[in-house]
Amino acid sequence: MSTTHPTNNAPTPAHKRVRTGRGGRWVVGVPYVWLVAFFLLPFIVVLKISVSEMGTVHPKDLLVWKDGGLQVMGDLGHFAAMAADPIYLGSALRSVQYAAITTVLCLAIGYPFAYFMARARKSVQPLLLMLVMLPFWISFLLRAYAWKGLLSPEGWAHDLIVGLGLDTLMAWLGMIPAPGQLMNTPFSLVVGMVYTYLPFMILPLYGTLSKLDLRLLEAAQDLGATPWVTFWRVTVPMSQAGIIAGSMLVFIPCIGEYVIPELLGGPETLMIGRVIWDELFFNNDWPRASALAVVMILMVIVPLALFRKYQAEAQEGPR
Amino acid sequence: MSPQPTVGAFLRVEEVVKSFDGTLAVDRVNLELTQGEIFALLGSSGCGKTTLLRMVAGFEQPTSGRLLLEGRDLVGLPPYERPLNMMFQSYALFPHLSVQDNVGFGLKRAGMPSAEIATRVEALLKLVQLSRLAQRKPHQLSGGQQQRVALARSLARQPKLLLLDEPLGALDRKLREETRIELVHIIQQVGVTCLMVTHDQEEAMTMASRMAVMHEGRILQIGTPDEIYERPSSRFVADFIGNVNLLDARVQSTTEQHWSLSTADVPHVLAERGPATAGTPNCVALRPEKIHLSRQPPEQPQVNAVKGVVREKAYCGSFTQYHLGLPSGAVLKAALTNVDRTAQSDPALGEEAWAHWSSTAPVVLTR
Repeated sequence: MSTTHPTNNAPTPAHKRVRTGRGGRWVVGVPYVWLVAFFLLPFIVVLKISVSEMGTVHPKDLLVWKDGGLQVMGDLGHFAAMAADPIYLGSALRSVQYAAITTVLCLAIGYPFAYFMARARKSVQPLLLMLVMLPFWISFLLRAYAWKGLLSPEGWAHDLIVGLGLDTLMAWLGMIPAPGQLMNTPFSLVVGMVYTYLPFMILPLYGTLSKLDLRLLEAAQDLGATPWVTFWRVTVPMSQAGIIAGSMLVFIPCIGEYVIPELLGGPETLMIGRVIWDELFFNNDWPRASALAVVMILMVIVPLALFRKYQAEAQEGPR
Repeated sequence: MSPQPTVGAFLRVEEVVKSFDGTLAVDRVNLELTQGEIFALLGSSGCGKTTLLRMVAGFEQPTSGRLLLEGRDLVGLPPYERPLNMMFQSYALFPHLSVQDNVGFGLKRAGMPSAEIATRVEALLKLVQLSRLAQRKPHQLSGGQQQRVALARSLARQPKLLLLDEPLGALDRKLREETRIELVHIIQQVGVTCLMVTHDQEEAMTMASRMAVMHEGRILQIGTPDEIYERPSSRFVADFIGNVNLLDARVQSTTEQHWSLSTADVPHVLAERGPATAGTPNCVALRPEKIHLSRQPPEQPQVNAVKGVVREKAYCGSFTQYHLGLPSGAVLKAALTNVDRTAQSDPALGEEAWAHWSSTAPVVLTR
């Protein structure tokens, strides 16, 4: 039977909009303080180091008293080196590339997952949600190591893939350097990243898809749209918010990933996280590493800014 | 109101049954609609009317029975292959599309070229008077405007049958009357056959040319609004529509033109004899507005008249409702139109009054 609850197309009435009173402002202020203390200030410190000269153990001070006056001992050389050296450029591009591949795969796998979760019986949905989040109960490092075991020549995933002959196809596609070698390849890296970040795609998608008004799908069918057309013309556009949220939650952390490329990646999968680590711990070159970190942050800020702009526009519109 | 229907069934609902896990939501319903009429299914929540509508639309499949539109059985056809369209109670407008794209959605699915779609959408928006809001999104429109978009959208594909689910349900009282007139006007202008479902008696009676009363999955009576109101087929229908006084009665004698019955308080009720009814008459149904109240006894107090005491008097603006306490303890409801602004001659609370009515006023019921 149809209910009488209308689709929420109306603008929010005045008395329902949340008014931020004095107390409200304090509560909202706490995250701001947190962000300033633990993001903005450290960022400024990193920025400062990136333009300083390196001493034997620590970076030299930026501002020094010299000849009776304050002098800025800055050096933007590291940023210049970034553009020049192919390793840095390559690793930055590769990071974006692998993050993008991971995001697309997470979307391809996560969307059907979330869709059927949202369409399942209401009584089953909490259980399905728990199953999606269950991996988080185990340390992320251990799960990455588990893949290491599974894809090494002793692991059964390795045996399965080689047994099916898929490894020759994968080698031909360039996913692995040679048949039989599944570990420390682009393939193993992507497997690890998709596996780790899939829940971050599924959860926001599930959030939007579970709120989808099924009467809209009925209306589309009534107007001549087959289920396939309804999916692409109504369901997907209406889950746009979830798609973008999920994509951001996967793409942004993936760019700076260190542990997964380290454990599961190989020489061809050098990403910016590893390069920063090398500069900092192998070369002890704090300014160079900081400069790389700044570049990485900027690579992340662009999609983030787009996301915020999209969210702001979406806020004006319907819920 | 649209003219009386001619022969031939445009839509035939044949022995349709719908059961959900053993409970019968729709119990062997038979209906016939003729082309061009507006037909209303009236019933309270849970009576099965919406389920029936959804089966015609294709969102539910009947457990058994046939749904024939122009002779073609719709059962088994998915909604997108049926030549009919529905206007949803909640409008179900696509929030991510503009008014224009909403209205044109069905046309795009039909493969119409863009230029043709644009012309048709323009014409439809003009029909519902929303031309200047073509680029707005649904959340930027008022309820009444949203409804007009929903109507335009449902008429875009020129359906053979238009289904309306509680069309006026979401509107406030004042808007309801204006919209009702406009809605009927547009439907008649387009000339589409219309099946509507509602729990609101006024909506059904004012919009439809024929209606059916539905209860617990079954159709109780089909007829024009005045047939159902003035000649209900049972106590239930009489009580369901409007207000009624139901008096248990016993037949004293019959002639070709009249029934003579006696009730607890009224010794002699004379009722005009209508078309033959099956069963023994056992009830007299009398609508409150057919009863006259006065302080003086009528000329013939023995027939169709009773004396009582005014127990309740409720002023309702255009009329005043009286509850008359009768000697047996029963209460007779009467409604007097407030013809004069200064009604001094109307009976007051606590006074004795005579209620009387004509012989054409009561309806004799057998069940």
